[in-house]
Amino acid sequence: MIAWTIYITFAGAVAALLLPRGISRWVALITTSAAFAISVAAFFSNIEFAQFSTIVRMPWVPVLGMNYHLAVDGISATMALVTGLTAVSAVLFSWDIADRPNEFFFWLLLVVGGSYGVFLSADLFLLFVFYELVIVPKYFLIAIWGSTNKEYGAMKLTLYSFFGGTLVFIGVITAYVTSGTLDLTRLATFAFEPQLQAWAFPVLFLGFAVLAGIWPLHTWAPTGHVAAPTAGSMLLAGIVMKLGAYGALRVAMNIFPQGFQMWRNWIAVIAVIGIVYAAAVALRQRDLKFVIGYSSVSHMGFVLLGLATAQALGISGAVLQMFSHGVIGALLFAIAGTMIYRRTHTRDLDALSRMSLSTALPFAAFAFVIASAASMGIPGFSGFAAEITILIGAWKAYPFAVWITGFGMVLVAAFTLRALRKSFFGDTPRLAGNVPALEPITFPEKLGAGLLMLATLAAGVYPKVLFDRILPAVEAMRIFK
Amino acid sequence: MSYLQLLRLASPETVVVVTTLVVLAIGLRNRQSPGLNILVAVLGLAGACAAVFMLPRSAVLFAGMLVISPLTSLFKVICLLLAFFTLLMARNLSSRNHAEYVGMILLATIGLMLLVGSEELLMIFIGLELLGLSLYVLAAFEKHDIRAVEAGLKYFLFGSTASAFTLFGISILYGMSGTTALAAIAQKLAGMPIEPLLAAGVVMTLIGFAFKIAAAPFHLWAPDAYQAAPVTSAAFIASGSKVASFVVLGKIVLIGLAPLHGSAGWHAMAGGWMPLLAVLAALSIVIGNFVALVQTNVRRLLAYSAVAHAGYTLLGLVAGGREGFSATLFYTTIYALTLLGAFGVVGAVRREMGNDDIRDFCGLSRRAPLLAGCMAIFMLSLAGLPPLAGFFGKFYLFSAALRAGGNHGLLWLVALALFGSLISLYYYLIVLKVIFVDAKQETAAVAAPQLDLLQRATLLALAGAIVLFGIMPQTLVSRILAALA
Repeated sequence: MIAWTIYITFAGAVAALLLPRGISRWVALITTSAAFAISVAAFFSNIEFAQFSTIVRMPWVPVLGMNYHLAVDGISATMALVTGLTAVSAVLFSWDIADRPNEFFFWLLLVVGGSYGVFLSADLFLLFVFYELVIVPKYFLIAIWGSTNKEYGAMKLTLYSFFGGTLVFIGVITAYVTSGTLDLTRLATFAFEPQLQAWAFPVLFLGFAVLAGIWPLHTWAPTGHVAAPTAGSMLLAGIVMKLGAYGALRVAMNIFPQGFQMWRNWIAVIAVIGIVYAAAVALRQRDLKFVIGYSSVSHMGFVLLGLATAQALGISGAVLQMFSHGVIGALLFAIAGTMIYRRTHTRDLDALSRMSLSTALPFAAFAFVIASAASMGIPGFSGFAAEITILIGAWKAYPFAVWITGFGMVLVAAFTLRALRKSFFGDTPRLAGNVPALEPITFPEKLGAGLLMLATLAAGVYPKVLFDRILPAVEAMRIFK
Repeated sequence: MSYLQLLRLASPETVVVVTTLVVLAIGLRNRQSPGLNILVAVLGLAGACAAVFMLPRSAVLFAGMLVISPLTSLFKVICLLLAFFTLLMARNLSSRNHAEYVGMILLATIGLMLLVGSEELLMIFIGLELLGLSLYVLAAFEKHDIRAVEAGLKYFLFGSTASAFTLFGISILYGMSGTTALAAIAQKLAGMPIEPLLAAGVVMTLIGFAFKIAAAPFHLWAPDAYQAAPVTSAAFIASGSKVASFVVLGKIVLIGLAPLHGSAGWHAMAGGWMPLLAVLAALSIVIGNFVALVQTNVRRLLAYSAVAHAGYTLLGLVAGGREGFSATLFYTTIYALTLLGAFGVVGAVRREMGNDDIRDFCGLSRRAPLLAGCMAIFMLSLAGLPPLAGFFGKFYLFSAALRAGGNHGLLWLVALALFGSLISLYYYLIVLKVIFVDAKQETAAVAAPQLDLLQRATLLALAGAIVLFGIMPQTLVSRILAALA
């Protein structure tokens, strides 16, 4: 059933392109909602989450051993869920897009459909097809509908993604040619020689990690996020960065477990540097979207640290963090991009601090407080549940890293609070005449933000419902055998 | 062997020859009849296609001068198809001598078919010359356009020099082996050490083909010919000529020179044609991609990207074997279809704007969404992005190459090719950026490109084929593999 998320989304993309421009946004909304509903239903159904169980399997190019093969386990189901959630709210936050809406929703739905495809593929070639499919739509979304320095940001992001894709390409054909199969389940039982794993693992892992924003190849992320339109940043932070982390887990670590053991210390070092470095850089940014962009890099550092622990708990925490950051990142970008920037036409923190936005846009202020709390890792929100799990997992493997990461978390709290204070609770005394007349927050915006806030709260208050599905799937992975 | 039987086995070529004569005769009587010329030519190609399907499954005439096998039949059909699309594009050529133009395309098509359908060096050379001479004329056809004439002359001078090398190389091979049939040459050469004379023969033979496929450093004619020749001629040079050259190059190295393959593996370099082609491939990928970065004219950009693509395509031959050859054939076929389509779009823009610099494409997505959409498909397929055929072609080529060079010996070449395509994405995206993003200098006075139904259908068919072969590559791959069995 969950396979229909892919078909519905791609059909919706074509429909949005060809149907009259007035209804393209409705097409997009119906499509993403339907796919989201399916992913929710699949998430709460009683399918076998501990195994990567096949949904569809058809020969595609039999002479070369390629199959159209989809499968789902707890990790895939979780990622499909966050994809659906982010997609719906991204459409809601682009409700008033006026310029070429047909093409906009076409590209947007391609990104969403390709992401569902990556999360559900059980054939390495199929996964790679979906993975590369996502690259070009991002370029057009940013270059046509973006803002600040959009052509540069779009090109940088695209070339970084394609660079990562190139490394992945090398890893994929190496695995394919050596083992003679493309089936992920069979690849996960094939014994590759340690010498091969020693070089193939870092190539494959790094290729995926570029998209996850690994330091020092993270610079595309802030630039791209800033340049992108709101829905673009939401998809980038919410889904696309997760594609990289998911690929690193599902493909690189699962195919080359010995290579992973050889390199995991380095991954942990880089992850910790990324967490602290990005948080420190975010502290110095003047543009609100840059702050959020660097915070994304910092949060994705937690995902990489979680993966590097090689503990069931740490890796589950990483998957949970992917979900959590998908929701929080999308929410933060939605507030900064649509609720603030579209109304005030500035994202400069000093300028915003003179506007007393908390009086003008109370709902936006409320949402931003929630998002900031979740982002800082306040208990009760999903960010806390995810990061504490990662740190518990990391404590056994890398106690020293936990200390440094703790310092990084202080920095995260610092820049988040700084952004929160400057953007909404500025220095200006709240005089009656000082409140700028801004268009109130619209209903679709409230709906989209409400959806995301609900998700982060739900996952924070009751993370068990996610863990019950993620943990068995993680424990079934090859590195624990 | 009676003449009747010979005529039957050579019927596709014969049909095209007759068609050529008919078109030329029409042109003598009636100078202003482009529609009629095209109609007759297309009917002739259809007849030739039907004749190919009626050929026996396999036959060998005169020690390989004319070979009929599933492979030759498949590629005769593909060459006819490419000529068909070229003719559809040639409808708008505003020349007084339209019939001669069509006749030249048909003559070149005969050259293609002879090349594809022969496994004997003399016949291959005759095919090369027939093809080459027709293409020189096609390139310089607009004889009042000084740049087209320059392009034609350049093409002719480079081409004839390369032909001379090839002829010399062939004569040395003949001297060493005492035969001109590829299979017999392979038998004679087996076990023979690579003497200097033999090496000279191999290198000289390959130079001519490196010129035909525009592999660096024998690519210098390509930018001028692609840019200044009439669009249709450039399209045919870039597509049909390339496909046939790769087919025959593959046959020469994989059949005739099979014993001399050597090795291009990183730790196991050994003398032979494999390292030679590997060096050509590496040079082409690097030079083609880097020089394409700075081009401002779309056709020139396509020419340098063609150099790079020749490099990728050579990877399959370096890999060798059935799988490598099939990957090369798949890739070159897809590439030819893509480039025909891209030139179709360029031609439409050129008719409207008078030129084909990148800035002339500015805002095309608003003026002509269909053209822009097709161009996006062609460019992204060239860049190798899914779900388009170019992506599958690259995956097939690179995995075949990696598999062939035991112990990942060809990884260096594969990695180089992959980073080449990373560079290439930049310039393809620049073209698409101009089409879809830029709209600043757009003036209201510019009319949308005039496209009649037939041209729309042609472009849509080509774009559809690229998408179709990307989603269902099985349809073509299994045919090629079956033909190579």
